[in-house]
Formats: sequence, structure tokens, C-alpha cells
Amino acid sequence: MNRDLLKFLAFAVMILLAPLAFQGGYLMNVLVFVGIYTMLAIGLNLLLGYAGQISLGHAGFFGLGAYLSGVLSATYGWNPWLAMPLAALLVGALAFLIGFPILKLKGHYLAMATLGLGIIIYIVFNETVDLTGGPSGLSGIPNLAIGSLTFDSDVKNYYLIWAFTLLTILLTLNLANSRVGRALRAVHDSEVAARVMGVNARLLTVQIFALSAVISSIAGSLYAHTMAFVSPASFGFNFSVELLTMVVIGGLGSIYGSFLGAALLTLLPEFLRAAQDYDIIIYGGLLMLMVMFMPGGLVRGVPDLFRKLLKKGRGSHA
Amino acid sequence: MLEVAGITQIFGGVTALEEVSFTIARGTITGVIGPNGAGKTTLFNIVSGIYTQTAGRVLLKGSDVSGLPPEKLARLGMVRTFQNIELFGGMTVRENVMVGRHTRSSSGLLACSLRMPWSRREEANIRTGAMKWLEFTGITELADVTAGNLPFGKGRLLEIARALAVEPEIILMDEPAAGLNSQETQGLARLIQRIRDLGITVVLVEHDMELVMEICDRIVVLNLGRKLAEGTPREIQENIEVIAAYLGDDT
Amino acid sequence: MQFDQLLQYTLSGLSTGAIYGLIGIGFSIIYNATGIINFAQGEFVMLGGMLTLFFLEALKLPLWAAIPCAVAASTVAGLLFERLAIRPLRQPTPINLVIITIGGSILIRGLAMLLWGKDTHAIPPFSGDEPIAIGGATILPQHLWILAITVIIVSVNRFYFYHTISGKAMRACAYNRRAAGLVGIDVRRMVLFSFIISSAMGSVAGIIVAPLTMTAYDVGVMLGLKGFCAAIIGGMSSGGATVVGGLLLGVLESLGAGLISSGYKDAIAFIILLLILFIRPQGLFGKAESERV
Repeated sequence: MNRDLLKFLAFAVMILLAPLAFQGGYLMNVLVFVGIYTMLAIGLNLLLGYAGQISLGHAGFFGLGAYLSGVLSATYGWNPWLAMPLAALLVGALAFLIGFPILKLKGHYLAMATLGLGIIIYIVFNETVDLTGGPSGLSGIPNLAIGSLTFDSDVKNYYLIWAFTLLTILLTLNLANSRVGRALRAVHDSEVAARVMGVNARLLTVQIFALSAVISSIAGSLYAHTMAFVSPASFGFNFSVELLTMVVIGGLGSIYGSFLGAALLTLLPEFLRAAQDYDIIIYGGLLMLMVMFMPGGLVRGVPDLFRKLLKKGRGSHA
Repeated sequence: MLEVAGITQIFGGVTALEEVSFTIARGTITGVIGPNGAGKTTLFNIVSGIYTQTAGRVLLKGSDVSGLPPEKLARLGMVRTFQNIELFGGMTVRENVMVGRHTRSSSGLLACSLRMPWSRREEANIRTGAMKWLEFTGITELADVTAGNLPFGKGRLLEIARALAVEPEIILMDEPAAGLNSQETQGLARLIQRIRDLGITVVLVEHDMELVMEICDRIVVLNLGRKLAEGTPREIQENIEVIAAYLGDDT
Repeated sequence: MQFDQLLQYTLSGLSTGAIYGLIGIGFSIIYNATGIINFAQGEFVMLGGMLTLFFLEALKLPLWAAIPCAVAASTVAGLLFERLAIRPLRQPTPINLVIITIGGSILIRGLAMLLWGKDTHAIPPFSGDEPIAIGGATILPQHLWILAITVIIVSVNRFYFYHTISGKAMRACAYNRRAAGLVGIDVRRMVLFSFIISSAMGSVAGIIVAPLTMTAYDVGVMLGLKGFCAAIIGGMSSGGATVVGGLLLGVLESLGAGLISSGYKDAIAFIILLLILFIRPQGLFGKAESERV
């Protein structure tokens, strides 16, 4: 347990010091996104990696958080600090209610149903023009502020976002190593045995679905308040798939893996500027390759690979 | 302790169980035996809440629990094990048993995420509680092994330890000796008796007649979905109908 | 609301619905043989249209030759997909299969974009575009082509599944894969067959609809999802029920777009999808199966 805390502290220190290395450069902005996507990937990973339930509609929850926060603060003049928790509450309640019928479905059917849900939400963003501004988006969303400190620069945003992301990491790590996290993994491994042990599998997965939606919603609110602008294009099916790719690449059921996946998928397109439009091919290819050759994700696959290489190396020397 | 009253189960026109009734007294070991296809496992699945019966009732400690899901039954003090052991393969042995403490703890999503003082205390209790049952079943030294890597016999013991961690009043075991060698079966016999000595009622479906005759206080015999006989091991061994059923003499 | 308008919406809904039905059958055939929902199904629909265009324009083939070439090429793509992505999978859990077919679908779509760009293209109608009047409404010859080809394909399908050895073997796999394997049916070959048949059918659907709706590298997503919706309404049947599901969906969508709002047209399909999955997951026409755990 202490080793886990040390690992977390080391990670947090690395995050805190990172801006020194990049000194306000363009990369700072990218790292803000890495933070937001890490939150999202962790949210989805709780569901996919721990509870073993897929969702292809998480971009919808992300978008709902962004729009609710955006509309409340930009159109109705709410304080963003109030808009954000209310959005999270509403999205969580929605996910909880829809969780009961939707999580009755398994595997492929669940994937299709969540996909459908995500698309419905996406269509609503596009069509409720009076509220959301439709396809052209919603602008003028205020930045978050504490007293006279307004989060309006990349460096400030970096620390704001990462404060939330680190908190998310800490809380989900706690959860994973607790009674609830164990029950969740138990349901994943053998639902019937978990139920015999007294675990209410249905209620538990619905709760996790809602929690994961809440995390996505908060990430959405943060996104809206740092970007000051949102449009439906950021919350479509493709983004749900991108999130899925992050979780799978990083490693199902690994919190730090989600960070790794989010970082890789955010930074990769930056380094592949030339390939701009074609990043989607790379996602597709990566998804397939990972599932085929490294189903445990990078966090497990890379150490395994090293171990194998080391063994081979030793074998040839002996 | 447990009463099964007129249980009938029909699967798409096939009658798997017909009007099966019997009563099990607290603190006893009862064996449910019968030739293949007698309906033993179906009966277990009904009693443990995995199937819902077509007709009839299951009474636990005098109250009707028919149709309750397994997670509710666990809270009422009934657990079971499975013929093809159902472990949480990705978790360690210790964690498997810790899941057994689920009903004996209550920290929710929020308390666990925030590591509230009471949930930390509870976690410590879960841990010590789990160790107690690992010791009881004699697999303490395997605590940190991943359950999926256990040999079959040890997996069986883990499943029993996990069930005991629930602190049940009654435990149903579905063919606990299946897949065990004779030495392991002997160990199992002693273990089951020690479980009974804790005051826990044990019901087992079993094919190993030697084991059943050795440890059971009472035996219920099923054949072709009906109760054929009921009595002490001695009575059952001398029952002509039972012998006929086992010899396949159904004319 | 005039009767003529209703008739018009219904008629145009029927032909899009027939397309959904065909795509839906593709989903069902693979699902029944393998238990997989192939998220890449829509991409074969896209390939049908885009490959026809490719054979027409790049190779200057006449339409009657371009179409079979396009179907053949899409079928090969389906075959390769099964061989290269599905079969080698070491842990074929439902989640892995969902991910791999989604990955495949993105890859196919991306490659199509790389090869043919992002533009929307039109394919010429099979026999002119002189409207035909029916009552107070009009339809295009292409609508008739769609309905006729759907009827033919469903009939051929039925013949295949009920009157040929390999079709009967496929049905056996659908009922019980293990038992089918035990009586000597080569289940893996049936899996390959199911991918071949459904990619062929998907591409045909994509070709016959292209003259009406145009085609582009990304049309497969929506068409695929709606095809799936049709299959769900039809209870994952590989025959008439799924086509009826598709027709129902097509007409509802067309009426919804005409009477309520065209913006929400796509939402209608997904609301129906969710409702059916929640309330009658066995499909609109199926009987509830007695559940054995």
C-alpha cells in the first residue's frame, strides 16, 4: 500500500515539474489535453477494465458535461464552479438511470446500445441550436477563476487540469484497492461466484457506469472552461473510439496505463503533423495490433517484451 | 435450517425435477446423491438462487426465499461452491477470500475512494478476517499466488475458504471431491467435518459414495427428478430401490 | 397532411428500408455463425459503392461489368478481414472482438479515404432517372431496382440456407456451434463463409443505393448502424424478418424526417434501437426464449 503511495507521489512530482522542462512552449497546451484525456480514459477504464463492460458512448457524457457547464455559465451567467458540479450531478443521474436497462445487455449488444446512446446525444447537440449553437458551436464560455486568479494561460490551465487529473488518479487508485474495487474485479472474473459472495453485480456495475460518466462530465466541464468554446464535432463517435483506443493501448484495468494511452494518442498526432488526416488509420491499426499482439496493453506488454528479450539475450550468451 | 417443499422444474417441456421435498436440520452434513441426470445440480441451482423453479418453495430458517437472487441469499447466510470451481482468476488467493467478506463490510464507492478512516479500519478487518479462513483451510502460504495459477485441489480449498469468509450458516457444495485424488479427498472429509463442528450446516451433492457414506449424517437420494429415498447412510445403503437405481435397473 | 405526401414518404422509406434490411442480414449471418457483431459491416457497404466508382472511372469499365467486379473485390476484402483479423485472435472475448472489428472498420475507412479522397461521388442510376408516377407520388427507377434486387437476394438466401448442404451447415452452426462441430461440420469454414456472404451482400446494398444517396469513404458508419438496427428489430434473423425490420425502420425514418424534423432523422433509428434492446431484445417478431443460465 505504501509503495503505491510512493509511486503516486513520484508521478505527481513528475507532473508538477514537467512545465519547467517545456517552459511555456506549445507543448504545454498539448499537455493540458493529455490531462483531460487521462481523466476520460480512467473513467472509461473503470468500466471497461475493472467492471468488464464496454461503452462506445462516453464521448456523449464528456460532451454533456462540456455543454451543460458551457450553457449554464455562458448563457445563464452561472459561476463555473457551480455549473461544473451540477453538470456532473445531472450526467451522473442520467447515467445511473439509463445504466439499469443498458447494462442488462452484454458484450456486443451493450457496445451497440452505448454507441446508439452516444449518437443520440451527439445529434441533440447538433439540433438544439437555440441552446447549444448547433454545429457551429458555443463560444464565450468563461474561464475558471479562484478569487483574482483566472485560469487563462496554458501554464495556469496545466496546473488546474492536472490538479483534477491527479485527484482522479488518487481516488480511482484508492477505489481499485478497496472492497468495492475487489468486488468489481470479482464480477469481471466470475459474475456468478461474485453474486454468491453477496456482491450485487447489477447495482455495482450501474454505480461504476455512473461514476465513470461523472468523471467524463467533469473532464468535459474542464475542457469547456479552458477552451472557452465547444462544438459537437469534439464529441462524436470517433472520439468514443479514440478513448477506447487510449484505454486498450495503455492497458485494461491499469490507471497509469490510461495515462500512458492518453499521452501517447495525444502526442502522437503532434509528432505526425504530416499525417494529419490519416491519424484515424493509425488508431485503427493500433487498436487491431494491440488486441492481437499485446492484449494486456503497454503497461504489461512492454515489460513482458523486455523480459523476453533479456531472457533471449542471456540464453545466447550462455 | 433449510426446507425444500415440492420443487418442480421444467425446462422447455422436459421435467428436470418433480415435487422434490426434504428438510435439513441445523448443524448437520447432508448428502444429495443420485445417478447422472437425477437433477442434483438443478436442485442446487434452484436452492442457491441461480435458477427460479417452476413450482414449489425454498425455506431458509423458516422464511420463504424462493426466487431470491444469490446475493440476497448470501446476506441471509447461505453460500455455495461450484463443481468446476469458479475462482476470481485474476486476483490473488488472499483477495479472493477478501471478496468473501463483502457482506460483512459496508464501505461504499465514495468512502472507498476517499479512504475514510472507517473504511481503512474496515479494510484491515477484511484482511485479518480473510487470513483466518486461509489458515482454517490450510492455504496460508499461497496467499499471494494468483488464483488462476493454483492447482485444482488448492483451488477447491480456496473456494471453500472464500465461502466460509462469508460466515454462512449453511454452505452448499457442488461435488467438492470431483477432480481430487484420494489423499486430497481425505483432507476434504476432515475439513467438512471441521466446518460442521463450527455449527455450519453443510449440504453436498457428491458422486464419491465412500466420502458421502463416511461423513454425512443424512442422505437424500434423487433419481430421474424425483426423491427416491431419504435417511441415514446405513438406511440408504440397505435400500433396495436405491441399489436398483444405481444399477440402472429401471424396469 | 395530405395522403400524397404520406405515400411519398412511405415509398421512399421502403427503398432505404430495403437497404437497411440487406445490411442487417449481413450482420445476422455473421452473428448466427460466430456470435460476433461485426462492427466493420458498414465498411463493406461503402466498399461496394466506392469500388464500383473505381472500376467505372479509373478502369473505364461499363456499369454492368463494374458492379460484379466491385462485389468480387469487396468479398475478397471480407475474406481477408476474417483471415487476418478475426481468426488469428488469441483471446476472442466479446470485448476484444468488438475492439478488433471497430479497429478494422476504422482501418478500412481510412484506407478508402487515402485511396479515393474525401469527396462525395455519384454513381449513374442503372436505368435512367425518369420518375414514375404512383398515385400522387413519384418514384425513381432505381427504387424499383432496389426492391427487386432485395427480393432476389432474400430468395437466393432462403434457397441457400434451406436447400444446400453448406447452407444447412450454417444453420446448424447458428443453433449450436459445438454440436455442429461434433457432427463433423467445419465450423471455422462456416465462419469464413459467413464473412464472405455478408460482405458480398453488404457491397450489393452499397452499390444499389449509391445512385440515390451518393457515396463517400464514410457512408459505411451510418448505413452499418442502421442495418444493425434492422437486424435487431428482426431478431437477428438472416431472412425476411430482418428485411421487414429494415422496411419498418426506413419508413419510420422517412415519415419522421418529413413530419417532425429532418435533423432528428438519424436519432429515430437509434431511439428505436435502444427501445427494442431494452424492451424486446429478442426482436419484434421473436418469441421470448426461456432463459437457461
